[in-house]
Amino acid sequence: MSETLEHVASAARTDAPPAIVLDKVNKWYGALHVLRDVSLNVALGERVVICGPSGSGKSTLIRCINRLETHQEGRILVNGIELSDDIKALDDIRREVGMVFQSFNLFPHLTILENCTLAPIWVRRMPKKEAEELAMEYLTRVRIPEQAKKYPGQLSGGQQQRVAIARALCMKPKIMLFDEPTSALDPEMIKEVLETIVSLAETGMTMICVTHEMGFARQVADRVVFMDRGEIVEMGTPTQVFETPQTDRLKLFLSQILRGH
Amino acid sequence: MSDITLNAATAAPEAAPRTPPASQIGLLAWVRANLFSGWLSTLVTLALAYLILRWVVGFVEWGIINAVWSVPNSQTQACRDMKGIGACWAVVTEKHRFILFGTYPYEEHWRPALCILLFIGLYIVSAMRRFWRSGLAFLWAGVLAVIGVLMWGGVLGLPYVPQERWGGLVITLILATFGLAFAFPLAILVALGRRSKLPAIKAICVLYVELIRGVPLISLLFMASVMFPLFLPEGMNIDKLLRAQIAIILFAGAYLAEVVRGGLQALPKGQYEAADALGLNYWQKTGFIILPQALRLVIPPLVNTFIGFFKDTSLVLIIGIFDLLTAGKTAIIEPAWQGFGIEVYITVGAIYFVFCFAMSKYSQGLEAELNRHRRR
Repeated sequence: MSETLEHVASAARTDAPPAIVLDKVNKWYGALHVLRDVSLNVALGERVVICGPSGSGKSTLIRCINRLETHQEGRILVNGIELSDDIKALDDIRREVGMVFQSFNLFPHLTILENCTLAPIWVRRMPKKEAEELAMEYLTRVRIPEQAKKYPGQLSGGQQQRVAIARALCMKPKIMLFDEPTSALDPEMIKEVLETIVSLAETGMTMICVTHEMGFARQVADRVVFMDRGEIVEMGTPTQVFETPQTDRLKLFLSQILRGH
Repeated sequence: MSDITLNAATAAPEAAPRTPPASQIGLLAWVRANLFSGWLSTLVTLALAYLILRWVVGFVEWGIINAVWSVPNSQTQACRDMKGIGACWAVVTEKHRFILFGTYPYEEHWRPALCILLFIGLYIVSAMRRFWRSGLAFLWAGVLAVIGVLMWGGVLGLPYVPQERWGGLVITLILATFGLAFAFPLAILVALGRRSKLPAIKAICVLYVELIRGVPLISLLFMASVMFPLFLPEGMNIDKLLRAQIAIILFAGAYLAEVVRGGLQALPKGQYEAADALGLNYWQKTGFIILPQALRLVIPPLVNTFIGFFKDTSLVLIIGIFDLLTAGKTAIIEPAWQGFGIEVYITVGAIYFVFCFAMSKYSQGLEAELNRHRRR
């Protein structure tokens, strides 16, 4: 029942203007061709999961979206702004795109609260008090408000990753990028982080998530993108991709993933 | 094996935590473990204890019991009688003003004395974390300006004292404080510049560091004192002390820049990326995320360099500036006091030691305090 509703909703979303447009994006590391003609449109409010074997270019692709990596050919538009060497445009994009990393990357010398308020205060020019209230609101939402005065090193991996999510949300981004958010975590902590991301997905946030968590992909993704060797091999609804894979590469990948779990 | 543990566990199900046996803790156990753990260790301990005791007794006899503390009117006969048996601290009593203030006019000695107190006060205030705010920079600017006015005079009814007459401890403190106060920010900029993506900035910074590091400080001081004036237009003359000061700043800056760069390189790339992803601009990223972490990492080598430069200021003697060490050396040139170098050098050494040891101790505390976030 709920599944049908969700699919109706996702169909409605595709009418919205695209939040992210990737048009024939190419990237090389030296001679190594890591992204090959990648084209992908992500609609506002859409949740996309990217999966694929390691080294397939998934992380590189989402890191290109906020220009932590630069692409060499093709176009990337975020909220209608094209990524280029224009620093002003880049600032506008980064302000609207939140990112969560595999290794959390919290600032270890700042408290949890300071981690969350730094960017709102300095990038959004928000008054300190307001930023702190906002941070506490998001820390409550990721269920760790009591840790606000601690330092990242005093928290567990799962808690740190939830702080990282709260930190990104404090910038009130329109788009969230997740780069393998649970790969560095112990199994019991994966669950708490995924729950946080699922509840975020339920708010209608536009999300792109690189992950190997197939259960999670089924639960939240509107679309699953399978990448291999720098190109998009297949994409479709979770059911299409996981139940009726068309290519051998995807079949092989799925069999390996299933064996692994 | 597993049976035994099982039995032991059932035998005392709720055993209270026990303290270790008395023979394992306390002073006695420490002494036994560290000083008398075997026949060789016992032998070494006894031999060293004998040597230390002999040396301490000898020093106390020479430096305190048999010492001559003062003599009337530079009549050093009393000292000469005790030569080799007792120290002649009279030379320090007699010459302490010269060692501290050099050839500064006698009746104006309160001015460099006040400057020394101002420097020490500035160090103490700067060391306290509760004063670490933007106001501290203004305090530094203010105090350094006041020190300049006090030393030169010529205003507010203070007689003018040319720089050639300054000397002693106050010169050492001026060179070291101004030197490090300017070299440190310079070093941070150069270290950042060396990692810049802009080729011109990077090239300038690399060139600066490699050029300055490749030359001894002495030759830089010579260049500053002899060659530099040749490049200046006729009639224009920059103070000798200022020239030496600039040479020291440039030299210290190059060394400190490499220390700071080490810290920058030790930071994980993820920290830069997280700051970028949040939309912080270059200076925000550098000021809030990168430098605070990088500098904490390099506190030990940073203080090591600071201490090294505090002592390296004594090299200015070769261009004729009277720092603490040179003043001490000059104090014993006078025929009446010749031969009492040991006492003067011990005193000068003790002064250097107090400043360097304070820096070292403070840095250890600071390191523990600032890296508190690493503790779990």
